[in-house]
Amino acid sequence: MIWQIDLMILTLVVVCALVAINIKDLLGASVVFGIYSFLMCLLWAEMGAVDVAFTEATVGAGVSTIFFIAAILRTTRRSKD
Amino acid sequence: MRDISEHTAGEDLIIKTSVRLMVPFIQVFGLYVIVHGHYSPGGGFQGGVILGASFILLALAFGMKTSQEYMTIHVNAVFNNLGPAIFIGVGVLCALFGGLFLDYSALDKLIPLGPVEWRSFGIFLIEVGVGVAVMSIMVLLYWNLSSGGAMDEGL
Repeated sequence: MIWQIDLMILTLVVVCALVAINIKDLLGASVVFGIYSFLMCLLWAEMGAVDVAFTEATVGAGVSTIFFIAAILRTTRRSKD
Repeated sequence: MRDISEHTAGEDLIIKTSVRLMVPFIQVFGLYVIVHGHYSPGGGFQGGVILGASFILLALAFGMKTSQEYMTIHVNAVFNNLGPAIFIGVGVLCALFGGLFLDYSALDKLIPLGPVEWRSFGIFLIEVGVGVAVMSIMVLLYWNLSSGGAMDEGL
């Protein structure tokens, strides 16, 4: 555990979370959420929880992003902004 | 509603070739993760997700029909039930041979390997069940989500 790397990744995680909430485009939000998941994976691997990091890399960054995109392509946009 | 077909990857040679090269290695890695689940990080869930992701990648690059040639809907339904059946079957078998539910050392009376070896090997059997179930459920989730429940075409 190196606290400088912890702090750096944690800052990026918070930034990615805020961007994923505030971004208008759903596809962009899901991509940013994938980045968030991968940063969480890095954080967990760096803190020594390799098994949790592995689960996060496969499920969070890998499959759930594809599920989000597959669901978003089935949606429609009502507003014109 | 937007037309789904305009979002498909189409006939892209680079994507198709790279996916064709990558999928066998992804599947071998998924099997490795399942088999080595009790020695190293990983296990049935992660390995099952990796195996399912290989089929999802196939569906993304070649279309859903191609992925359903390699794993048909009926095989998927069989796997859906086979995984929990392996899990519960091993647990009930342990109970039938005089142990508790999922007490693998009781299976020593069935095949004498020694109780310690059976505790290690029983975890492996459970991991296989979990991996089969998770793989088929992930593929089924993707098929249903990307085609709106019709499971014929999409993404």
